[in-house]
Amino acid sequence: MKTFSIGGVHPNDNKVYSAHKKIVEVPLPKKAIIPLVQHIGAPAKAIVQKGDKVLVGQLIAEAGGFVSAPVHSPVSGTVSKLDTTLDAWGMRVPAIFIDVEGDEWLPVIDRTNTINSVCKLDSKDIIEKIKNAGIVGLGGACFPTHVKLMPPPGKKAEVLIVNGVECEPYLTCDHELMLEHGEEIIVGIQILMKALNIEKAVIGIERNKEDAIGYIRRLAAHTLGIMVEPLKLKYPQGGEKQLIDACIHRQVPSGALPIEVGAVVDNVATVYAVYQAVQKNQPLISRVITLTGKEVKNPGNYLVRFGTPLSEVIEFAGGVPENTGKIIGGGPMMGRAMNNVDMPANKRVSGLLFMPKEESHRLEVKNCIRCAKCVQACPMGLEPYLLSKYSQLQRWDDMEKHDVMDCIECGCCQFTCPSNRPLLDYIRNGKQTVGGIIRQRAQK
Amino acid sequence: MNNLIVSASPHVHSGDSVRRQMLNVIIALMPAFIVSVLAFGKGVLIITAISVLSCVLFEWLIAKFLLKQQPTITDLSAVLTGLLLAFNLPSNLPFWMVIIGALVAIGVGKMTFGGLGQNPFNPALVGRVFLLISFPADMTVWPVPQGWSTAYIDATTAATPLATMKQALQEGNQELLSQLPSYWDMFRGAIGGSFGEVSAIALLIGGIYLLLTRTITWHIPVSILLTVFCFSGIAYLCGVQGAANPVYHLLAGGVMLGAIFMATDYVTSPMTPLGQIIYGIGIGFIVMVIRFWGSYPEGMSFAILIMNGVTPLLNLYIRPKRFGEKK
Repeated sequence: MKTFSIGGVHPNDNKVYSAHKKIVEVPLPKKAIIPLVQHIGAPAKAIVQKGDKVLVGQLIAEAGGFVSAPVHSPVSGTVSKLDTTLDAWGMRVPAIFIDVEGDEWLPVIDRTNTINSVCKLDSKDIIEKIKNAGIVGLGGACFPTHVKLMPPPGKKAEVLIVNGVECEPYLTCDHELMLEHGEEIIVGIQILMKALNIEKAVIGIERNKEDAIGYIRRLAAHTLGIMVEPLKLKYPQGGEKQLIDACIHRQVPSGALPIEVGAVVDNVATVYAVYQAVQKNQPLISRVITLTGKEVKNPGNYLVRFGTPLSEVIEFAGGVPENTGKIIGGGPMMGRAMNNVDMPANKRVSGLLFMPKEESHRLEVKNCIRCAKCVQACPMGLEPYLLSKYSQLQRWDDMEKHDVMDCIECGCCQFTCPSNRPLLDYIRNGKQTVGGIIRQRAQK
Repeated sequence: MNNLIVSASPHVHSGDSVRRQMLNVIIALMPAFIVSVLAFGKGVLIITAISVLSCVLFEWLIAKFLLKQQPTITDLSAVLTGLLLAFNLPSNLPFWMVIIGALVAIGVGKMTFGGLGQNPFNPALVGRVFLLISFPADMTVWPVPQGWSTAYIDATTAATPLATMKQALQEGNQELLSQLPSYWDMFRGAIGGSFGEVSAIALLIGGIYLLLTRTITWHIPVSILLTVFCFSGIAYLCGVQGAANPVYHLLAGGVMLGAIFMATDYVTSPMTPLGQIIYGIGIGFIVMVIRFWGSYPEGMSFAILIMNGVTPLLNLYIRPKRFGEKK
């Protein structure tokens, strides 16, 4: 069975709490806060004023550049103010505040459930539609999707790789999406293949989701060029470079993008959003998030409109469990711990995980015993023990020479360390500093 | 809600610990330990107990009163050092020598450098080689395995197969050669020697356990054993004086114990797979050079210590294969 070739770890997947829970729509908030930075790249620019009436799906902020994404109103109502807010990562970003009134959608949006599998648009129109719908990668990086669909001159896309791996423990939203919206995802894949002008697509799914593998495989049987690739369970298989390696055995070189080896990678949730944008005229205004944890009352998969305060999502799912020590936005391997839950849902947050108190603390740090388990676990073939030591000693040049910029911050090294050393803390810190040094050098 | 913990990812841990790793090695040593007790009797128990207890005690004393650190004896690393030191001693060694060996192993070999993880040389081997050089007579007579009833102090002693073979080959003494134990005896442990090294089968079972629990990888033991086999095979075919059948070289002496348990010590072995293979080849090569041309009949301890010294260089120059690197 296929998997990526270097390193990796096997965390307990803990998906049992929310797996196979039907997607439930969370009620609309009274006030919605829509951050204008929900993607990588330039912030979006607001085009509405205080007092404006907006409908669901209406454009309220346009893209601030090529690598940027527009923002649409997820609710209907009146704009109450333009201000800043703290987003889920604790960053202060510009935002539009809307008082919610009813749930009126733009008439052009098709809200029926009928599957519309015929797409007569050509490549250019599809990409334009995706761009205008504000679609970004929903796997976590939030890179604007239209940019990936326009390879730089001289590069040719050969294969679309669809990420249905969901290798983060606990999270099940992509799994449930594949089970409930498999047909739409297949259509979305065909649209993306048309946009890229390619004949081949591979859907990578890990073997802990056998039902999704079977279902998607049955659906794909009626189409040309779409193949399901069951993958051996291993973290971080959902990492872009690891997934390409696992599915088509090509390794993206250091510092390069997937297009270098002819691959374009999109998450299943992104593909579903593409379907909705192109076939149903619905811009990206909501996503499925997994709300889970060992002591959560109603763990499950929830369809959340962006701008809904996370606290309201949590209330709807039964509230914060008493014994909670840590709340994580995303999964336990790469997610961020949050210090409060008042911030709004956005394109980036794929899960809310409640860790019980006894699992929230780090363990006592011991001496490095040079067991080399971090070297064995690193999926990028780096030497985490050495990088973290260099970072402690502030030897930035040595860190650069040892390829710290290739680190994908997956956390395998720290996960596996028997001495509980905070390897990734040091490496991340050093990587930021080295990145700054490299940018400065480039400007000179 | 008010006291949320915030820390950087990852937020989960494998649950692995230093103690777990050390315990794995200790468990893996048990088959060889049982074989030794059955072969050499009470002496094994006495020496092991003294060695382990004094290693733990010395680590505690030095950490507490000299280094003024929190003693870390609960991580079992001192227990393991004591066990490995004992495995490398003859079962009739006077107990005070064992205590000196433990003091040198822990004191000089480990704590001088700052304790766990900091030592460049394998502590148990530092202790063992110190004893070998200081008390060559006591360290090179070996009780004949006579089962549980083998006496501790007044045991009947004889040379190890390697020493006998070296003497026989040098003198061309055919009669002495014919007294060498059979492969089967060496495989199951019915020969003289440091009490932990005698049974190849018990050590191999331990090695398989270490591989299955992912405590060690195959690189170091396999590269050592292959190098010993190939090098002694070539020497045997070329008629080098002192070279016997390669299987004999694998089974006799400390090659098995060294390759599986001593050379794979985390702290003193290289970090990268390629570095580990070079390190293993180096050990295999040096041990055979000592066996063929050195004045000692056996050289596993020296070979491992020499390559321990090379380890920092291997870590410096050999990098793992990076993702996306052109082959």
